[in-house]
Amino acid sequence: MSALEIRGLNHAYVASKPILHDINIAINEPGIIAIIGPSGTGKSTLLRCINRLIQPSSGSIIFQEADIARVQGRSLRELRRQIGMVFQEYNLVERLSVLENVLTGRLGYMSAWNAWRRKFKPEDIDRAFELLDFVGLSDFAMQRADSLSGGQRQRVGIARALMQAPRILLADEPTSSLDPKTSVEIMELLKTLATDRGIPTLVNIHDVNLARRYAQRMIGMSGGKVVYDGAPSGITDDHLKTIYGGESWLQ
Amino acid sequence: MAAIKTHANPFKPSLGSRLLWLGVLVYLIYAVVTLDIGWDRFILGLEQGGRLVDRLFPPNFNRWEILLSDLIESLQIAIIASVFGIVISLFVGLMAARNLMPNIISIPVRVFIALCRTFHPVIIAILFVKAVGFGALAGILTLIVASVGFIAKLFAEAIEEISFKQVEAIRATGASFASTILFGVLPQVFSRFIGFSIYQLDSNLRNSTMVGIVGAGGLGGTLFAAFQRFDYDFVTAILLTIIALILVGEALSNLVRRIFQ
Repeated sequence: MSALEIRGLNHAYVASKPILHDINIAINEPGIIAIIGPSGTGKSTLLRCINRLIQPSSGSIIFQEADIARVQGRSLRELRRQIGMVFQEYNLVERLSVLENVLTGRLGYMSAWNAWRRKFKPEDIDRAFELLDFVGLSDFAMQRADSLSGGQRQRVGIARALMQAPRILLADEPTSSLDPKTSVEIMELLKTLATDRGIPTLVNIHDVNLARRYAQRMIGMSGGKVVYDGAPSGITDDHLKTIYGGESWLQ
Repeated sequence: MAAIKTHANPFKPSLGSRLLWLGVLVYLIYAVVTLDIGWDRFILGLEQGGRLVDRLFPPNFNRWEILLSDLIESLQIAIIASVFGIVISLFVGLMAARNLMPNIISIPVRVFIALCRTFHPVIIAILFVKAVGFGALAGILTLIVASVGFIAKLFAEAIEEISFKQVEAIRATGASFASTILFGVLPQVFSRFIGFSIYQLDSNLRNSTMVGIVGAGGLGGTLFAAFQRFDYDFVTAILLTIIALILVGEALSNLVRRIFQ
């Protein structure tokens, strides 16, 4: 029984222009699984299908013995809250405090009425502070999210995802808006989570070298298809040429 | 022979715009002539105006009890109508936002908002006076309709301008629709909502002194009666009271603004 199994997934925003072709991926292991591929090849679409921010055209996504592609309403939300997501542009609610942003990770577990009155469970609040401590931002809990730097915001984004107590984590280009040093720090953080806490983490990433360094498995996508799925050491220049096309950029 | 390209005045007004200006001028002259509002008529009006100003002063505050009770009534109409109007507008505005609601909801709600805006408050006030009778209730209902027509539209537009990334992130946590609105949408528009609401309170204060003219309660009714009876010194007293009311409203909105900043 896999933690996540994607079977025959297809998606097209416009019927004549399919984005994803027959994607089959099974995730069994904790650790970082890096998805590489050129822009526009459907990496983001794939991640968004997994937590159903996008409704895939066909295929199934088996998670917790349910098919995410088919559930609706409450059962969809109950699956979704077990899938953490980290975004390229952090997507924090800018006008809320850092602490409130982290606590939004619990919204799937409480009523809107309690959430509005900020009646979070004491253990949730304790955990939020713990996570802020873990990502090194305990001093910023009461600041507004828009006062933070990019790297700090991404850390809050990760804390928010962890607040959901997720069984898997999706990260959509988590380092693309960050400088090289901060990118490495964020990848280190994700790596720690993925291995120490045993959360399988799917990471879309542009930087092939960064992917090689942190991933234990790499999935190469090109033209909406999976063209490589295996160990980072197995990726050759030939594979990269297939994935990205051309070769001048390799030199 | 090849055409020689010239750059003679690239900013020359077009024939169309010249004709338009000429048309406006001709119509203006025609309208002034047909309405018989020449210089003589203007001078006549000035003399009459002078006599009125003469009788307006000094203001007469002898009937201050009526004035005070009317003032309180106007204030109550404005505040009650603002609170209900704003609360209703929150929901109506949300339902009219095209980025959150399907067309099947947003279009009828937009039509409803447009209907609320169609008529001037005086016309709505006359309708409500006929429907529910004279008094403050008609005034309150009128200003609720006016508030919904104005701020529900602004609320909807503010919601349509939000960043959807934040909403997406909240949805991804498994939050319900209501929680998504409260945490993904509301924080982004809250300060603008406060601004619109204060503006509407201000405008309701002004309008609450007007709906009385058609019998919907408040200072307006007394003002109109005083005009009818040529009690011009009392009129001045009422006008001064309205000015005071508006100034108080201004102070009130500044206070609210400061609290929410």
